[in-house]
Amino acid sequence: MTSDQYPKVYLYQRIVQAKQFIDHRYAEKIDLDNISDEAHFSKFHFIRLFKSIYGKTPHQYLQFVRIEKARLLLKENDSVSNVCYLVGFDSVSTFSGLFTKMVGKTPSKFISESREKKFQVKENPLSFVPGCYAYMHGWSENSNFEEEKV
Amino acid sequence: MITKMTVANIHVINQDSAYDFYVNKLGFKVVDDIPMGPDTRWLTVSPPEQPDLQLVLFPVTVSKMFPKEVAESLIELIKKGIFGCGVLTCNDIFATYEELRSKGVVFIKPPTTEFYGTEALFKDDSGNYFSLQAIKNFDNENHI
Repeated sequence: MTSDQYPKVYLYQRIVQAKQFIDHRYAEKIDLDNISDEAHFSKFHFIRLFKSIYGKTPHQYLQFVRIEKARLLLKENDSVSNVCYLVGFDSVSTFSGLFTKMVGKTPSKFISESREKKFQVKENPLSFVPGCYAYMHGWSENSNFEEEKV
Repeated sequence: MITKMTVANIHVINQDSAYDFYVNKLGFKVVDDIPMGPDTRWLTVSPPEQPDLQLVLFPVTVSKMFPKEVAESLIELIKKGIFGCGVLTCNDIFATYEELRSKGVVFIKPPTTEFYGTEALFKDDSGNYFSLQAIKNFDNENHI
């Protein structure tokens, strides 16, 4: 079986396009009706196919993408409220609740742990590298991390 | 008693390019990205649903591990596509194949039915190749 032969390739392509639409436009007000229309599916059919491929409904996937983007932004020390709006939520409490449910810690706790890791990385970067790697790469005995490239 | 593999190497030719490939194309998550000099960093990534496995995107540069002639030979072998780095699994191989292909990932074998399931092969930006396999949908009747 090759790519030209596998079943219903056009369906896969349309669902993947819809998924990538969410990946790129997650911060906007995404109307799932519009996505299903653009993919030329009925809403019900679209949701069923999407979930059969990704294990999540389009709405669940959108929430997942937004929370993943929020994790990246919070790591960069952005504020909770700012990140909430940047990733497409309207309400900080909704965002915080969903973030806590999906990540397992509150956004504030996530920020404080990220700050702590950044501090540790700055103070002692080699503590994050298994000793054998640091030794074999010459990092453990060269504080300037100078290295010759091929 | 050994319980898990937690760190494994993928030798890459250019870390910036590897970052783009593994993070932006494959969707892996960055675990550590720590500068270790002007041109090198400790860069590890994890498959999206496997946070306890760190893959080291290990640059082939001259070092204790790689004397100059070794580094040059290794780079040549990587570019030739000699090294297979393992099997990656996905929920739906056809959707994953379509998405990765749309992002410019080069496949050397499209989804193909084998006795063990459906498999595709693709190369990373350096030349390492991976097998992509589905953890479900082994039977056509399960596809959409």
